[in-house]
Order: sequence, then C-alpha cells, then structure tokens
Amino acid sequence: MVQYNFKKITVVPNGKDFIDIILSRTQRQTPTVVHKGYAISRLRQFYMRKVKYTQQNFHEKLSTIIDEFPRLDDIHPFYGDLLHVLYNKDHYKLALGQINTARNLIGKIAKDYVKLLKYGDSLYRCKSLKVAALGRMCTVIKRISPSLAYLEQIRQHMARLPSIDPNTRTILICGYPNVGKSSFMNKITRADVDVQPYAFTTKSLFVGHTDYKYLRYQVIDTPGILDRPFEDRNIIEMCSITALAHLRAAVLFFLDISGSCGYSIAQQAALFHSIKSLFMNKPLIIVCNKTDLQPLDGLSEEDTKLVTEMKAEALKTVMGQGGEPTNEEGVLLTMSTLTEDGVIAVKNAACERLLDQRVELKMKSKKINDCLNRFHVAIPKPRDQKERPPCIPQAVLEAKAKQAAEKEKKKTEKDLENENGGAGVYSASLRKNYILANDEWKEDIMPEILDGHNVYDFVDPDILLRLEELEQEEGLRQAEEGDEDFEMDGIDLTPEEQKALAEIRKKKSLLIQQHRIKKSTAESRPIIPRKFDKDREFTTERMGRQLSQLGLDPSLAVDRARSKSRGRKRERSLDRRDSDGEAMDMDIDQPSKKLRLRSRSQSRSKSRPPSEVVPGEGFKDSKQKVKAIKLGKKSVRKRNKDARRGEADRVIPTLKPKHLFSGKRSIGKTQRR
Amino acid sequence: MRLEKCWFCSSTIYPGRGIQFVRNDAKIFRFCRSKCHKNFKMKRNPRKVKWTKAYRRLHGKDMTQDSTFEFERKRNRPERYDRNLAENTLKAIKKIDKISSDRQKHHISTRLNTGKVKKRKEARNELNQSIHMIKAPSALKEDSSLTLPKIKVKVSQTLAEENQPMEE
Repeated sequence: MVQYNFKKITVVPNGKDFIDIILSRTQRQTPTVVHKGYAISRLRQFYMRKVKYTQQNFHEKLSTIIDEFPRLDDIHPFYGDLLHVLYNKDHYKLALGQINTARNLIGKIAKDYVKLLKYGDSLYRCKSLKVAALGRMCTVIKRISPSLAYLEQIRQHMARLPSIDPNTRTILICGYPNVGKSSFMNKITRADVDVQPYAFTTKSLFVGHTDYKYLRYQVIDTPGILDRPFEDRNIIEMCSITALAHLRAAVLFFLDISGSCGYSIAQQAALFHSIKSLFMNKPLIIVCNKTDLQPLDGLSEEDTKLVTEMKAEALKTVMGQGGEPTNEEGVLLTMSTLTEDGVIAVKNAACERLLDQRVELKMKSKKINDCLNRFHVAIPKPRDQKERPPCIPQAVLEAKAKQAAEKEKKKTEKDLENENGGAGVYSASLRKNYILANDEWKEDIMPEILDGHNVYDFVDPDILLRLEELEQEEGLRQAEEGDEDFEMDGIDLTPEEQKALAEIRKKKSLLIQQHRIKKSTAESRPIIPRKFDKDREFTTERMGRQLSQLGLDPSLAVDRARSKSRGRKRERSLDRRDSDGEAMDMDIDQPSKKLRLRSRSQSRSKSRPPSEVVPGEGFKDSKQKVKAIKLGKKSVRKRNKDARRGEADRVIPTLKPKHLFSGKRSIGKTQRR
Repeated sequence: MRLEKCWFCSSTIYPGRGIQFVRNDAKIFRFCRSKCHKNFKMKRNPRKVKWTKAYRRLHGKDMTQDSTFEFERKRNRPERYDRNLAENTLKAIKKIDKISSDRQKHHISTRLNTGKVKKRKEARNELNQSIHMIKAPSALKEDSSLTLPKIKVKVSQTLAEENQPMEE
C-alpha cells in the first residue's frame, strides 16, 4: 500500500550527478559523428535530436521524483501529520514545487532552441545553439540542487519509518518518559526496543506485533510526552501526539507509581488531564507500572486520589462506548515489567477492549447486515429430560471380562522360552501341537529322499494295493520275456566259427591295408618286383606256413619250390636237380650276372656283423670302425633330413614356399618371415 | 528339500548342484551342470541333442509310457503324517524302482535285438562266403564245418624207424 510503504521511492540524485547522468546519456544514446560536409538538414536534425533527447530525459526523471514522493493531502492523515511533524509540510511542498518549475523551464528552453536550430545555417552555428541549450538546462538544475538534496534526505528518512497500518487493530502505549513503555513493548512483542535509564531513549515510533485470540495486533511504542503546552512541544513528542490523534487504537497510559522515572504522580496526572481530549472514543486503560518498587496500595492519599480521578476519566470512556460500568477491573491495572507480574493481563485486557469496540462498531455499520444472515449455529433442542446412555449387551460384557481373565492365566510360548534359557538357548518344539492318529509319531523324522527319488512324490494311501497289482503284472511280463529269449538262441555262432570269422576279418582288413598302401604309392614309388626280395620275405618256410594255415599239406609245394629256386648251393651242384622241374630248366640255365653278384653281396653282408674288422679296410680295432661308421652316418644325417641326395645337391624345390611367405598370424606381429 | 530334474538332460539334480535360472516370465530352468547350462544358453533344443533323455524318449530309444511312472507324481496336497504309510512308501519305492529299471532295460534290449539278429545273419553269411580265405577247398571238402582247419604236422620216418629196433 502506498500509504505506508515509502521504501519504493527512487533515489534522488544531487544536482551535479543529475547533470552528469543526463549529459552522458545524451552522448551515448545519440549519434556522435557529424561532419561539416553533410547536408544542412542533416546537421540540423543531428543537433535538434540532441537537444530534444536531453529535454526528454530531464522531463522523465523530474516527473518520477514528483510522482513518487507522496502528496501529504492524499495519504492517511496519520502519515500526513507524521510527515508534517518530521519534515515541515511547507518546506516539503516548496521543494517539490521547485522541481516542477524546473521541469517546465527545461521544456521551454528546449522548445525555443529547437525553433532556432531549424534556421541554423552552418555546422558551427547549430553546434553553438545546441551547446547553449544544454547549458541553460544544466543551469536550471544547478539552481534546484538544494531542493534535490533536501528531498533525498527526506526520502532516506521516510524509508526508515515504521510500517504502521492505520486501519488494523492497534495498541498505543503512551506516558511520561522512562515509565516503562519500551520494556513493556519488549515483553509482549518481538520488537527489540532500546531500554535505557535516561529519558527520551525512544525517539520515534516503534512497531511490534502480538497475537491474541488468533488475531494480530499492532503495538506502537511512542516516545515519552512531557507536560507542556502544545506549541512548545518538540518533534519527538509531536510524533506521539500525532499517533494518538490519528490512530484508532486502544491506549495504554503508563503510570509510574514509584516515581523512579523522575516525575511524581501529580505531574503524570497533570499530563493525563491535558491530553485526555485525545482519548476520545478510544478504549483507555491506565497501567500502573513498577509495582515491584511501590505497590498500589502503599500510595499516599493524595496520590491515590489522583489515580482515582484518572480512573474515573477512563471509566467515562468506557461509558461513552456503552460498556457496562461494572467492568471496572479492565480500566486500572497494575503490573511490573521487571518481575513480569501482570504483563499478560494488561495485554489481554487491552486487546479485549479493543476487539469489543471494533466489533461493536462493525455491528453498527451497514455492511454487517449482509453477512449476518449467513451465520447460524444450530443446537438441537432436547425432547425431554430422559437420559440415554450407550447400550452394550450383557453377553459382550461377560465375554470381555472372560478374555481379560484368560490373558492373565494362559502360559505363552514366550514364557516357556524365557524359563528354559532365553532366545538363543531354547528352541521351541513346533511339533508338540500336531494332531496325529497316534501321539507317539510326533517326534518322527520322515526321510525326504531315497535312492534318487523324492519320497513325498510316492506317498499315496493305496500304495500297497497298487504295488500288489504291479507285482502281478511284473510276474506275467517276466514269464513272457523268458519265452521270447528262448527263441533267439539258436542262430548264434559257435566259438570255433567265431574264431574263423575273426580270422577272415583280420585277413580282409590286411588285404585292404595293403591295397591302400599300394594305391597311394603306386605313382610315386616304384614297386620292387618279387625276385629282388631284399628283406627275404618270400621264403619257402613262409609259403609252407601259409599253406598249412589254410589246411593244405605244404610239403609237396615246398619241395617243388626248393627244387626250382636258385641259391649258391644250387649253382654249384647242378645234379641236385628235381625230376619234375623240366619246364623250369630254361629259367635256371641262364643266371644273370647281376643276380649272382647280388646274391653274393647279400650273403656276405648278412654273414658279417658291421663292427667286424676286415683287414683291407684300414681300421685298427672294432671300436674305431664302429666310431667311423657312426661319424659317417652322422655326417650324412643332416643332408638326408633336408632330402638332399648328396653333398653337391643344392636344389631348392620351391624357392618361395607359400606357407612361409604369406598368411596372417592369429596373434602377434608379422615383421619377419 | 527336493530332487529336481535338469531341464536339459532330465537327470536328477542333487542339493548343492547346478544352476537355477529364472526368466523374466517367472519360468524356472534348472540345470544339473554347466554342460546343460551352456547348451541352453546356445539355445539348443534338447529334443535334438542326442544324449538327452528328451531325445531318447522322443525317438523311442527309452521307454515312455509305463505304469511304474504313475507312482511317482508331484502331489501338492500335504498329507497328515502316518508312520505306517511312511514305512510302506519307503518299502514300495525300492520295489517300484527295481521293477521300473528292469522294464526299461528290457525295452532297450528288445530294441537292440533286431540289430543283433541282423548281425548274426550277416556274420553267418560272411563266414559262408569267405571261408575260402582261411580254409582251402580241399580242406573244406574233408571237413565241411566252417572252422579253422586243423594244421597237419609231418612226422619224419627215420624217427619212426629208430623207435622200432628199440622195441625189439
């Protein structure tokens, strides 16, 4: 509300600052560059703009000042008077008036110079006109700078005024200086007002808030008032007078009955009587403070008389409102802020009185009638004087009683646990309440698993019956099985036949093996014909054995073969020829040289062991020969491994075998190959 | 405590073994060992994996329907404990087990029988056909049984002659 919030007034700059602000703004916000070569209209425009801009700014700023400062006639008379008391009303108005005239003057200046600028013929002339205009405006402002300073002072002071709402519930505390008004204030509100032993500690109004019956009350602490004629009062006192005059509040007139404030009761009474005109239509309570120093009863007669007079006056106000004359207690109260004795009572009394007064007024006004018909509290009227208590049936009451008794008698599991050693020691027997056919079975442990089966899956009341049926079935089935097995046996082979079969299979596999070898090596390796039998495989003994295995008599065949074959002995004695072998003569009569040599070397190598020292070879003993043979073999070995035919063989079958020169590695680098 | 069946291979899972997998639709898969678990994770169908029971039953390798299987059934109703019943059940389990395993064995042997018969026939045929590889036809003529021929050992006459004067 504008009425009591003066904190939002913008700062009023002093004269110099004001000029600086406006001029710098003009310089920044308007174009700055101009040359004399421009068109004359452009030059005029340029300078006219500057003048107008400056005038506008001045106008704006001065208008805000004038608007924001409150007009003393428009605000609440309390504030009006307060401001008048604090800062002289006339002075205030004058200052604002000066601002107003300044504004108008500046407007006129600007108008005139703009008119002149329209006919400026050179850059220099326009410029000088602009300079003159701005200069004159600034002079105007310089002239009003004292007013600006004064207004700034007022603004700062106004911002610090307490925010008093003139229309809400208010309690006013007044009295002589040093009677205990601020202490009381501190006691009932959260305001921290200075309390000092010297007079006029409180120099201005202070506001605090207190609650009573869920309503908020403003409590205003005033500076002390001295008993002086009205005209002689200083500003501080005038504050309190103003507050008293304009605010519709409950007034607490503080009385120091001990006289420690430095003023006697007579003086205080005199003050009371001089300002009692201000207490018109306000609920008045006379508060006797500092009763710890001087109780009310212990007063002298004159003082008591004075107090009674004041009380009478106060009563009048009550009467004036139409209150009951019996309500005397709420008029004169005693308390002590030091001992906090009676403080709350005073507050309550004041709040109560004020509330009553306000409610009464509201009731009298027209507005209340609109809402009155909306309130209605309905209370049912009793039909008759009969008492009707709640009804509980007898059975329920009995059951409840029984339950209560049972709870006390029954022994719980918890008790049992505690008896037998507590929670960790005793484990409750969960089986003891089992309902079984035979009580001996309560502690039985049934196995859950048997031979890889879950026992619970087999549990069945008629398992025995079913088992019997099953066994019968099984018996039948077994009999059938026996018959079947009988049929099968005949076809089996005898052990000799099995042996024969095994032999057959062995022979077959051997043939297959040989065939496979032959197949794979047929193209790459030449097959040595049988007549150059190096390993001496194909002998007559062998043939004899094979034939006898087949079940034939080999003797005839062996003889024949022997007679036909050629050995060394055969060569020498030709008369050992067989009579049957005529057809074979042709073959034997022309032995080739090769065969002869061959057979000779073979027989020789067979008969001589390798370590035997032969005189022509040049070895001294068998050890040396063996070593020489070894060395010889060793030197050959490496070449053989590289598949080289001899020392001179330097053939490289593939110069770049693919597997060495290509391919990625699964892990690692391929930096070298 | 229960013995469960492995979802993949249908073997029994003893306590403390294997892994239990609970899917988002709250279906529980139990595996007896990591082999089955890994196969499951590979999304293999047990009905196609040769060594599982599911395959064997599906392809008729093992017995599928039998009255002994009806004895073992998961019953969800708790029965009141009866000692006699428990005793009988335990004895019955043993007998049922034996009968069941006997029947399964018989099933397998009947199945394998045809193979055996075939093999025997084949063996006989082979023997008949290839007897010449081990027995010369002349030997076969003498001894027509399909067995290895008896090896004849020739005893020299000189020895026989020497013996005679000794006797005199």
